[in-house]
Amino acid sequence: MTPLAFTVVAFCISLGAGFLGSLLGLGGGIIVIPALTLWLHVDIRYAIGASIVSVIATSSGAAATYVRQRLANLRVAMVLELATTAGAISGAYMAGQLAGRWLYLIFAFIMVYSAAMMFRSTQDEPLARHAPWADHLKLHSSYHDDRLGHEVLYRVAGTRIGLVLMYLAGGISGLLGIGSGVLKVPAMDLAMGLPIKVSTATSNLMIGVTAAASAGVYFVRGDIDPFVAAPVALGVLLGALAGSRVMGRIPTSMLRAVFVVVVLVVASQMLWKGFHL
Amino acid sequence: MTEPEVLISRTLRIGVILSVAILVLGTLVSYFGDSAYLLSAAELDRLHQPGAAMPQTIGQVLAGVSHLHGPSIISLGLLVLIATPVARVVMSILIFLKARDRLYVAITSCVFLLLLFSFLIGGR
Repeated sequence: MTPLAFTVVAFCISLGAGFLGSLLGLGGGIIVIPALTLWLHVDIRYAIGASIVSVIATSSGAAATYVRQRLANLRVAMVLELATTAGAISGAYMAGQLAGRWLYLIFAFIMVYSAAMMFRSTQDEPLARHAPWADHLKLHSSYHDDRLGHEVLYRVAGTRIGLVLMYLAGGISGLLGIGSGVLKVPAMDLAMGLPIKVSTATSNLMIGVTAAASAGVYFVRGDIDPFVAAPVALGVLLGALAGSRVMGRIPTSMLRAVFVVVVLVVASQMLWKGFHL
Repeated sequence: MTEPEVLISRTLRIGVILSVAILVLGTLVSYFGDSAYLLSAAELDRLHQPGAAMPQTIGQVLAGVSHLHGPSIISLGLLVLIATPVARVVMSILIFLKARDRLYVAITSCVFLLLLFSFLIGGR
């Protein structure tokens, strides 16, 4: 394969990953990393380095819209980013110490978990718990719900457990080069009582900063190779943009079913590679 | 004064658009400026092996850019992308400063320091 062909193929794969990722509510990373390692035989460290940069691009683009619509809670994001960035630095540092096989094995596990999480119900349950930390940090807020047509007030609770979960989510993000919104969103809406729309918007805002912390470590280490990272970042970003345009016009239930099958096949390939590396 | 949400949204959007422009430019310069990049398969082999990473510093990237070295221009675009969320954090510090919200100035500054720290520990 010539370098030009590699660039074109990597771009097309990333385009598809970004498109599918945004339709399924996952980032592109969980799809693009297996594609680069299994099909193009790129070393997993470069795949992770390229993916983490693409994560910054898509999450920043999405967050720009969410913040303008006042869906993201800026204060919650700031407080939790303390934990996600610390976690990301730990994870990215660990990725440099661990053997490649562990990255494949952990990745396979997170992939299966992500697929399972797509089927969870997204019911908002009001939390009226006593929340001294959230009170002190003034985290409670409101957002405008377009479907209901009015402002919805919400209270935040479980700040400390949220911080612990975010440290772990940041760690996985740094270790595997994925946005790990699949860990951040449940931490916010289940553990902290944020409405699902606010959780998703705030998660996107946090993912950019979290990924930037990991990317700093990867960049200095030399794992972000311009040759792979450019087509991947451009492809995933364009794919995600296209995905957000057609969202709602494509039935996602069918898509999810197909994705679960794909995940099981890919995860077992990643496992196989992890064991035989 | 422009609202905080609009300022933050604008910072993110400008950062992403700017980095995309630099990435596209860098890719074009890589292919049209240097035919070896187009044909050499050695570039590709490198990617399949672990441990062949080339550690980069911001100084090296800027030096490469001044010589119109394609891959360095791409790295600059990637740096702009990485700096975009950092710029958002800096913007947030200014917003909280203006609102005289000391607690949040402190929290946001800590996040900013963590981000700077990430660039220091990657070297080993």
